[in-house]
Amino acid sequence: MSLDMPKFSDLDALYDEENAKVATEMYEDPDLFAEEMEKVFKRTWVFVAHESEFPDKGSFKLSNVGLEPVIVVRDRKGKIHCMVNRCRHRAATVCEVKKGKTASFQCPYHGWGYALDGSLRALPYPEQYGDDFDKAQHGLLKLRTEAYNGMVFATFNDDIEPLVDFLGPEVCRYIDLFMKQGGGFPVKVLGEHQFTVPMNWKVQLENTTDAYHFPVVHKSFMQTLDGATNEMFDFLDKGKGWVEDLGNGHSVMMMIPELEDLEANLDAPIPERFSALAQELRDEGYPDDQVRRIVRAVGGAGFNLNLFPNVSFSLAFFRVLTPVSVERTDIRHMALGMDGGPAAANQMRLRLHEHFQGPMGFGSPDDAEVWERVQRGTKGGEQLPILVNRGMVDEEPGTAGPRGHISAETGMRAAYKMWKRMMA
Amino acid sequence: MTEMSKIDTNALLMDVTRFLWHEADLLDACAYDEWLDLWTEDGLYIMPMGAGEDYANQLNLCYDNAKMRRDRIGRFQAGFSISSAPPAVTVRTISRIVIDKTEGDLIAVRAAEHLIEDKFGRQRTWAGNAYYELKAVDGGFKLHRKVVKLLNSDGMLNSFSYLF
Repeated sequence: MSLDMPKFSDLDALYDEENAKVATEMYEDPDLFAEEMEKVFKRTWVFVAHESEFPDKGSFKLSNVGLEPVIVVRDRKGKIHCMVNRCRHRAATVCEVKKGKTASFQCPYHGWGYALDGSLRALPYPEQYGDDFDKAQHGLLKLRTEAYNGMVFATFNDDIEPLVDFLGPEVCRYIDLFMKQGGGFPVKVLGEHQFTVPMNWKVQLENTTDAYHFPVVHKSFMQTLDGATNEMFDFLDKGKGWVEDLGNGHSVMMMIPELEDLEANLDAPIPERFSALAQELRDEGYPDDQVRRIVRAVGGAGFNLNLFPNVSFSLAFFRVLTPVSVERTDIRHMALGMDGGPAAANQMRLRLHEHFQGPMGFGSPDDAEVWERVQRGTKGGEQLPILVNRGMVDEEPGTAGPRGHISAETGMRAAYKMWKRMMA
Repeated sequence: MTEMSKIDTNALLMDVTRFLWHEADLLDACAYDEWLDLWTEDGLYIMPMGAGEDYANQLNLCYDNAKMRRDRIGRFQAGFSISSAPPAVTVRTISRIVIDKTEGDLIAVRAAEHLIEDKFGRQRTWAGNAYYELKAVDGGFKLHRKVVKLLNSDGMLNSFSYLF
């Protein structure tokens, strides 16, 4: 290797695809992290927000694309824009309110004002820039922005394929299935837990379609469930589910196949834990078929979907990762509910979310601790590879890529394969 | 507001303060069974996020009725929870105690809480405003409602293996 070759030209050493082994440097090299921010996060579709978070004309939400702070906003015509939160004059952020509604964005430093679509509308005393100053060239830096079924993605890469092609038909099908948990109402973000973990972003990327950890890490959560619910979450022992590579780094983990389609089997008996809710809805006058549909939706979908590189769908929430540094990642758990749906149903969704998710949940703190332990353990035994080869023994061809046992690391292999393709 | 003489108010503040310090002491000592006994059966322990106060209809960090409190403590004590076994060590200070209102046997109190946690050789600091509804019972108090609003509660937090 000559000295002027890029340090990370040997991608095979970082991810050995044949043996599914990952080099320790993958979690701890700051130069590699910097390269990932350029080659992965600035070149692909990155999830930025759900449409319900900025529902009206003029409403906006702050987000990130990799390390870059962005504003996602709906203009006067309802069109969605995503732009870098940085004034074109001297780089100050033009918005520090996390979420809200506005007619425009104004830089607090010298007063440059931008329209909702990011175009520069006015600046104080413009004459010192001369006659040839072109406002059209000085709008906020805009990203290509597209949405699928409420999920808004943005990218710095103007040459990338359309979002639906990047997701592919299988992912789109699963997103559509996931959104059925609206129970006939639009899916709405009810709130989000945010916490930061001292770990590399890929440690989290590996987690959402990893069923292998569930009974170990979440034993204390399982012990607080009633018998039938515990049985339902015992998907590893039953072994009916699967995990599948859906292409482009995406993967699905089908934990509870009978809950793949929430609008199927509506005649099935209502589980004990939802019986009080069902009665409440009946008392409120909801017809029986709608009660069954809502109740079935309240518990969430029976699968996790992981989209490369930063968003996953799990039970009844979205999990979004934002890389901060090589050893720090911010996590958002967005709780979902039914927009305009019965208050009792949404309350139950909120309590279910609080039960598992977030800084005080019965699940997230344990996830966060093992993720941190991975990062801490990485300091030792640098020559040892990280293993993501579980389940290669009996993988079979699936619809879009290999399909493995529910506890297989097929999802991680899907992600690392895409990572390698993008880093090349 | 019940009319109280200055002396009565001071005595009540002293009793309330002693009770809140006792609660803080139990939490720092992870004496959770005793902590559970401080509660009324229909009491609520809530840690909200942001400024909203319609806790039932918004996402909170926790919204614990008696069952959730018992389950939470059970999780801490069973030894299976990786984040809680061992837990972070905490030292907390309850200060700036103000009695806002007394009505019947309920006393509305608020206080400042500072908490420092130590784990993995690092320390983290948290600050919050705690709002209590104490119920006067023969010679003492029970917690009927406790709402802890962390500063930055809707910002980036970390995982907590203890209570506030």
